[in-house]
Formats: sequence, C-alpha cells, structure tokens
Amino acid sequence: MTIGGVLVITRKNAVHSALALIITLLAQAALYLMLYAPFVAGVQIILYAGGIMVLFLFVIMLVSIERTVKERQFNKQWLVGIIAAGTLGGLFITVYTKGKDIFPDPALAAVEMQNTQNVGNLLYSQYMFAFEIASLLLLVAIIGAVVMAKKRI
Amino acid sequence: MDAMLHISTSHYLVLGAALFLLGVIGVLTRRNVVIVLMSIELILNAVNLNLVAFSRLWGGLHGQVFSIFVITDAAAEAAVGLGILIAFFRNKETINVDEVNLLKW
Repeated sequence: MTIGGVLVITRKNAVHSALALIITLLAQAALYLMLYAPFVAGVQIILYAGGIMVLFLFVIMLVSIERTVKERQFNKQWLVGIIAAGTLGGLFITVYTKGKDIFPDPALAAVEMQNTQNVGNLLYSQYMFAFEIASLLLLVAIIGAVVMAKKRI
Repeated sequence: MDAMLHISTSHYLVLGAALFLLGVIGVLTRRNVVIVLMSIELILNAVNLNLVAFSRLWGGLHGQVFSIFVITDAAAEAAVGLGILIAFFRNKETINVDEVNLLKW
C-alpha cells in the first residue's frame, strides 16, 4: 500500500499515478475489512476505486497527456516539500515513540454481525443533521462541477 | 490468528502517518494538477484509516460513520476540483500549477 502511495507521487505519466492510486485504495479497503468495518470497505471500493478514479481517468484523458509527460515534473518547491514532510514526520515519530503504550489492544470481542445495519441506524438517528448537510454539499458540488465544466452557461 | 492479533492500533496509525506524509509531499512538489488532486485523496484516505482504526479501538461505530462523511467530502472535492481543472485547461491549455496565475495582476 505504501509502495502504491509512493508510485502515485513519483510517476511521470498521470495514468500510471491513477492506477497506483487504485491499488492503494484497494489495499486500504482490505485494511478496513481487517478492522471489522465491511461497510466502509464496500463504500471505499464502490465510491473511490469505482467512482472517483473513473472521474480522474476521464479528466486525465480529456486534458492532453502527451505534452505534459515531457515537461519537468516537480516544481521548485521540492526543498520546501522535503522540509515540511520531514518536520511532520519527525512529529509523528516522536508521538509514536512516546505514546506507544497509550493505545491498548482493541477489544477482541464485539465482532458484530450487522455492521451495515448499525452504521445505518447511527447515520439516520444521531447523525441525521450531518447526513442532510452532506447531501446538500453533494448537490452543491454537482451544480458547481457542471457549471465549471460547461462551455457556455 | 495469533499473528493477526498483534497488529495493534499503533501500526495502523504509523501507516496512516506514512500515507499522509506521501500526500503532503505530493501536494507540495508536483506540478501536475491532477496528481496534486490525487495526493489530496491520499491525505483524506490517511485520515479515514485513522478514523476507522480508532473506531475499532474504542469499539464504537462513530469513527466509521465519520469516515463515510469524509468519503462524501472527498467525492465532492474531486468533482469540483476536476471541473475547475477542465475549465482552466480550456482557457490556458495547460494543467501546470506554476502557470495558474489568472488572478495575478
């Protein structure tokens, strides 16, 4: 999965990047299954690997790729990027080495059999308002994407 | 089975941190807008992994529900971002971030 992630940010051809990203997303779906979250795994595969990546591939093929492959791939900010990533990575390493014992082992029981049902119950009861806001956000995103991509409004 | 049990929450957190770092490097250093957007997806996925891992750790489902909201936001962001990208490409014939200077006077 990490290899897939590395490939995403290093490939010259954007299509190769997209394929590596699909591999990463599928590996992450497998991790969700290992974490007893089958519903999220299904959503990950259908929405990410199925929907968003098709969108990405469409756009990659809409914009020309022959010319961009020959150009310089990384901008002049690579030093800034490395510094930011190093700082963040150092922070993470410190947190994990110092706080390794904070996280106990996950509760081994409670492998519930109705994960989807429970998630749905929670989604439609406690998170009702957030759910509606998310649907509104999607509506706005649809309208925005259509307006942006349309040639003449 | 015994080896499976030894994968603790910390391992998932380290993996999530690595994914997040890769996404940050990608956003900061690449020039192709499509790949920058894909790096943002990597960052969001790292967050999702942490959310689900913590939801498993504490035995609730709230983390999973929240990760579904994050996935929704990622979908909306990808749609709008790619729409902007297409509009930009139509105007400037490039998808290079360094040449996005339409607002520069």
